[in-house]
Amino acid sequence: MELSAEYLREKLQRDLEAEHMEVEDTTPNRCASSFRVLVVSAKFEGKPLLQRHRLVNSCLAEELLHIHAFEQKTLTPEQWTREQQK
Amino acid sequence: MSGSLGRAAAALLCWGHSAGGGLWGPGVRAASSGGSGSSEHLDMLVKKDRVVVFLKGPPEQPQCGFSNTVVQILRLHSIRDYAVYNVLDDPQLQQGIKAYSNWPTIPQVYLNSEFVGGCDILLQMHQNGDLVEELKKLGIRSTLLDEKKDQDSK
Repeated sequence: MELSAEYLREKLQRDLEAEHMEVEDTTPNRCASSFRVLVVSAKFEGKPLLQRHRLVNSCLAEELLHIHAFEQKTLTPEQWTREQQK
Repeated sequence: MSGSLGRAAAALLCWGHSAGGGLWGPGVRAASSGGSGSSEHLDMLVKKDRVVVFLKGPPEQPQCGFSNTVVQILRLHSIRDYAVYNVLDDPQLQQGIKAYSNWPTIPQVYLNSEFVGGCDILLQMHQNGDLVEELKKLGIRSTLLDEKKDQDSK
């Protein structure tokens, strides 16, 4: 399986109906396959942080077996708007 | 993105030597052999102490930027009395805790026997004040709570 930022982006976008998504391949900074993602999705609304992260984790359950390091930031559309206004 | 602390921490991986002999605060518990990855054993570990963390490497020399971030956050709050388990010492523990928590990565943080999350979540809780609150509920007074009130004391 080709683990690219593009692949992760598409999968997360599809499964989480993301309004906004950023996937960064941070592999050069670490010793092995690593990614950092920002996901903005209405599906996160009303969910505490841990639940949001678990949603992302289960979307990428298979991929995470091959990823060494994974950072994620999960925001609702409202939080994302607020953050952009800062 | 809250990656800058992680990046700075990753740079610290260049440490050549450990920061000093002995432990500076948290009691590193040796994971016992035989069934160290079993859910019974892990159940016991996460219930034994109020604050439990699973790291890659010992706290005085974490072998991973994210594990180091967790250590630094706890240090910022002056949390000294916590249980820390080095998964690199024990592959069974490393696999076991991922299955037990249903969480794919290390570090992992437990507060009051409940899984809180990894480095990202702890960092966000630290930044938004939730960590101070959660610690307060456990009867642990973070020094950052005191610093907020006492800003001129330095």
